[in-house]
Amino acid sequence: MNRFPLWKYAMLILVIGFGVIYALPNLYAPDPAIQITGSSRAAKVDESLVEVATGALTRAGIEHFGAEITVDGSVMIRLRDIGQQLAAQKAVQDLLDGEEFRVADKRYVVALNRASNTPQWLSSMGAKPMNLGLDLAGGVHFLLQVDTPKAITDRLEDMQETIKKGIREKRLFNVDIKLDGRVITLTAPSEDTQKALMELLQENFPQLARQRGSQGGAFWVKAQLSDQMIQEIEDHAVSQNLTAIRNRVNELGVSEPLVQRQGRNRIVVELPGVQDAAGAKKILGKTANLEFRLEATPSTPLTQKEQFEFYNEQERQLRGPKYLERRRIITGERVVNAVAGFDDQSNSPKIDITLDSEGGNLMHRATRNEVGRNMGVLFIDYYTEKQRVVENGQVVEKEVSKVDKKIINLATIRSALGVRFQITGLDSSKEANDVALLLRAGSLAAPMVFVEERTIGPSLGAENIAMGVESVKLGLVLLVLFMLVYYKVFGLAANIALAMNIILLSALMSILGATLTMPGIAGIVLTMGMAVDANVLIFSRIKEELKSGLPPQSAIHAGFERAFTTIMDANLTTLIVAFILFVIGTGPVKGFAVTLSLGILTSVFTAIIGTRAVINLIYGNRQVSKLWI
Amino acid sequence: MSSETEKVIPFMRWGRIAAALSVVLVLGSIVSFFVKGLNLGLDFTGGTLVELHYERAPDLETVRTQLTEAGYAGAVVVQFGSEEALLVRLRGNSGEKDAESAAANVGEGIVNALRAATPDNSIELMRSEVIGAQMGEELVNDGLLGVLTAFAGIFLYVAVRFQRKFSAAALLGLVHDVVIVLGLFSIFGLEFDLTVLAAVLAVIGYSINDTIVVADRIRENFRILREHTTSEIIDISLTQTLGRTLVTSGTTLIVLLALLLVGGELIRNFSIALIVGITVGTYSTIYIASAILIWLKLSKEDLMPPAIEVEGAEQNELP
Repeated sequence: MNRFPLWKYAMLILVIGFGVIYALPNLYAPDPAIQITGSSRAAKVDESLVEVATGALTRAGIEHFGAEITVDGSVMIRLRDIGQQLAAQKAVQDLLDGEEFRVADKRYVVALNRASNTPQWLSSMGAKPMNLGLDLAGGVHFLLQVDTPKAITDRLEDMQETIKKGIREKRLFNVDIKLDGRVITLTAPSEDTQKALMELLQENFPQLARQRGSQGGAFWVKAQLSDQMIQEIEDHAVSQNLTAIRNRVNELGVSEPLVQRQGRNRIVVELPGVQDAAGAKKILGKTANLEFRLEATPSTPLTQKEQFEFYNEQERQLRGPKYLERRRIITGERVVNAVAGFDDQSNSPKIDITLDSEGGNLMHRATRNEVGRNMGVLFIDYYTEKQRVVENGQVVEKEVSKVDKKIINLATIRSALGVRFQITGLDSSKEANDVALLLRAGSLAAPMVFVEERTIGPSLGAENIAMGVESVKLGLVLLVLFMLVYYKVFGLAANIALAMNIILLSALMSILGATLTMPGIAGIVLTMGMAVDANVLIFSRIKEELKSGLPPQSAIHAGFERAFTTIMDANLTTLIVAFILFVIGTGPVKGFAVTLSLGILTSVFTAIIGTRAVINLIYGNRQVSKLWI
Repeated sequence: MSSETEKVIPFMRWGRIAAALSVVLVLGSIVSFFVKGLNLGLDFTGGTLVELHYERAPDLETVRTQLTEAGYAGAVVVQFGSEEALLVRLRGNSGEKDAESAAANVGEGIVNALRAATPDNSIELMRSEVIGAQMGEELVNDGLLGVLTAFAGIFLYVAVRFQRKFSAAALLGLVHDVVIVLGLFSIFGLEFDLTVLAAVLAVIGYSINDTIVVADRIRENFRILREHTTSEIIDISLTQTLGRTLVTSGTTLIVLLALLLVGGELIRNFSIALIVGITVGTYSTIYIASAILIWLKLSKEDLMPPAIEVEGAEQNELP
């Protein structure tokens, strides 16, 4: 009685062996490190760069070791002390920003990183340590909110302008056009015109819901965005911004960044190792956009044109404000590439722009009949400003969204434009570079605001890890002692199962790429306490069965058997709660939910199979007169 | 079963006193909740928080003056775990002084201002958080939704696996636990942040675990001990499971104590919430959930026909 077939032991050993291998990398704590990557073509990553960087560290008195060029072409230098990580970054970055490198156009980004110490044989099996959350690794966290209503209004305005143009081309007269909320209303003087308007809408925007009717001799047509279209516009805006943010994060040179959509209109950005939150914010939050519009002709009605100043100081004074048509040909989202350069002809900085095919089509259609007219490039900068306003008799500071639109280039269209063209009219090479970067990194489909921002210093992260490890250790020691004293031999079995549980939990978290956070560590500690619960249930059952006079072997058997349903019911309900926590939680709370759920699963396995195996090994298949329980 | 020969602890005899105690605790919690409210953390209120570590312990009053002079009026400065560690909080997003610094980091602004004011003491920025006000509102909604969903999920599960009277008893026990934990946080003005919310949900998970174990035994005993009254059966079941209930609460409390002692400031309130929750949860399993079963007149008929045991199916799920 109470024997396991051999295959059960084999399976258990296999599972535990698997667990050990994939949990092992977590024991090799990574070293704090700095990572240097080249960000311009001339910036080569080679041995001489390693020498320059390590030299700078030595001069700054920062202990370092194991400098190497990694497979992805960057320099990784390990540090002894995490407290010196920031100083190391600054020392190297300052040197690499120096005159000598700038002249040669060698630009480098120095980022904080953690260098893996996982042995080769483990990483070759795909074993890797758990990801550390920002509260453990240090870094910055941003939550951005996309202004989707703005994206919808933009789209409606675009539509309105296209309709106006169509009305002009079809020579329909006395048509009144109005945009109210999400409805475009057209009013025509005759039924024929109304019909023509319906056709115009059908041609240009078949997806709009159309209605028509008449009232007091006027014939109206209403066009409206469907809910589905609104959803599409919102999705498009968020995913476009997501791509833009990803590209910008890549330009920042951060290792292992996280950029993710959260909910309907938010974007989470986590940059481990980054400490310069202000700098990161400047690049990420730059909500600049470009618009390409035709210059208005003298005959363009006032309602269809807008006046703008030039961006360039000199041109502003020379040429004064200019009128552009309200209709946008394309916006910056259509740009696939933008390279800054120097135009020898005009002797000024330029940007070569490449559009996507849709953008090329739109550009071609808009310009083929307009050769000889001017096209303007509008640079649009969204920013927020503090303003003092009076509210309920009190002066309060309020953040006001502002937008600044300037013409950066106004040039004659010499021939129909297509996918590739260039713009000039920028102040300096630096300006050209910055605008090109923003264009390249993707412009935003809608402006964004920062709704959340957290910075965690590297030493706080290290401190949190240390405290987390301490509490796991202390909790474990107390727990193991308690179980030994209270349940003796059975306590030993439970302790072995507990060890298996911790190994399996760590392995699962590492394999799944789950992120370990401080509440996650608390979750592990809590799971340890609750993991022995299944064993406690079984053991008290065995004790009861013994008291009721069952012989030891039968008592063991009955104890495991009878406690089973209870264990299942109890753990399934807890799992329900953990799952809810996972669904509603974000960030650290999600981490807690993940460890709690995984912990429940592994603990049920180890408490039932693991403990049973140990007990069977000790007591199985022999005469037992007394149980040490 | 030898439980009849063994001494049965007459838990239900103390039912009235326990009920009175619970009513007092719950009412006290609710009153404090409405009068004093919860000391909601930054996650819920929005605002700015900066944690700083000084080399040498600074004078709080001086730091406050320095901050006011630097334009951060109304900043709350408190010690955080040690004399060298400070927490600076600004309610609302008034931390940014002007448009120029809107793009810059408030945390850095505060550190730089303080560094300039105290050149002889080195200050390290441990963390800074800036959270928009509308985020908090959403979190409150999500949190409430989470707690309610948890309640509903448990009610359904218990109704299916046991019986609706068990559902009601378990649910009331859970509400009792949650209200008392929240009440305690309100009375002592402990900060209620996201991790504490997670702890409250974990308390729900833990407490239901406890209740289920007892319920399981009550159901079993109803089938075996046919000649006993409901109250007696509950007393017998509670006595039988008492050892397990205490040991499990004990082991969980042991590890939580470890967390409280060495886990650091960040999860201190998390540990407190769980310690209180588990203590109250253990008590409510014995007195609240079980007493409600008597009150709802749980009878043998409620448990007939017996629920179909699905052990075989569950075993198959195991690897």
